[in-house]
Amino acid sequence: MRFMKKTLHKLRNNLRTIIQTAFVLATNGYIKGFGEGSIFKGDSKGLCVPGLNCYSCPGALGSCPIGALQATLGSQRYSFAFYITGFLMVVGAFLGRFVCGWLCPFGLFQDLLYKIPFIKKIKKLPGDRFLKYLKYVMLTILVLLLPMFISDMFGQGKPWFCQYVCPSGTLMAGIPLVLFNEGLRSIIGWLYAWKLLILATVVILSLLVYRPFCRYICPLGAIYGLFNPLALYKYEIDADKCIKCGKCRHACKLDISTYEKPNSMECIRCGDCRKSCPQNAISCRLSAGSRAKSLCTSDTSEKPQD
Amino acid sequence: MKNSIYDNYKSPRRKNYVFFGILIVGIAFIFTGLYRGEVDTVISKAITICLECIGIG
Repeated sequence: MRFMKKTLHKLRNNLRTIIQTAFVLATNGYIKGFGEGSIFKGDSKGLCVPGLNCYSCPGALGSCPIGALQATLGSQRYSFAFYITGFLMVVGAFLGRFVCGWLCPFGLFQDLLYKIPFIKKIKKLPGDRFLKYLKYVMLTILVLLLPMFISDMFGQGKPWFCQYVCPSGTLMAGIPLVLFNEGLRSIIGWLYAWKLLILATVVILSLLVYRPFCRYICPLGAIYGLFNPLALYKYEIDADKCIKCGKCRHACKLDISTYEKPNSMECIRCGDCRKSCPQNAISCRLSAGSRAKSLCTSDTSEKPQD
Repeated sequence: MKNSIYDNYKSPRRKNYVFFGILIVGIAFIFTGLYRGEVDTVISKAITICLECIGIG
């Protein structure tokens, strides 16, 4: 019985990693692409996945919303991307940054790196107060403005963020395609080296600090963050139970005071604050109508005692 | 206590209006995009190897 309880507890503790892995595998299931150094060409590529999942990843079955947004804005046919903006609004309205915490492949990658024991983990980088706004700069300039207004002689804009920054593209598409496709291997140059350098920097920082890319750079996180306070899925604090002990902030790897800002734009809904609350004061809810449906509460009573 | 730009939406009812407003506009945008044929642009980009994305183009 005790063994069962412990196993269930372990499963519950790793539920997020299990869901993240399952979602990444389900949306990147074109195994043949990895063998051939090619990509999937089916109609499902017209649909976006919610996370930052490069559409040039050999396994990708769907499109990256940030890549698709830049492609549409950069196209000479359109000056506004209704389809992708609508998609981001619907996903954001339902889930907010839950996507970052539970459904993003590059988020999972950083989570796994953070689990590697390192000299000393730090809560945030120096200048965090200002750095967290960098993702909005990335979104505004590299994802929206430059693809819209800078175009080549054919009137085609470039995907600036993908080209010069995105480490997810390097990891999921750049490295496997160059490894398995000899033709591509022969034409890599300084840009490939630059993108590898960015990826290496993110990898090293991820060993030190939790999710540096999501916190400071990711334009998709910036978009979903705007929806966090209004999304259907949200956290709520029971003011009668909360004793403002600050344990939620201590447990939060993103250094958010959940009891003050349960729906902070930075929160990726990992649930660590709920697990740490000694009063079960933090609950997650689906709330849009007059009745809020409680999905879960922080439950410390069932934790097995070692 | 001022926490965010969303302080104006602290009333649950007002938050619900905003949620449904975003949802309706979002769905309308998706259908507008489908009508304009934006999906073709997304597909045509997504089914060819994006050289920019992988750091070549």
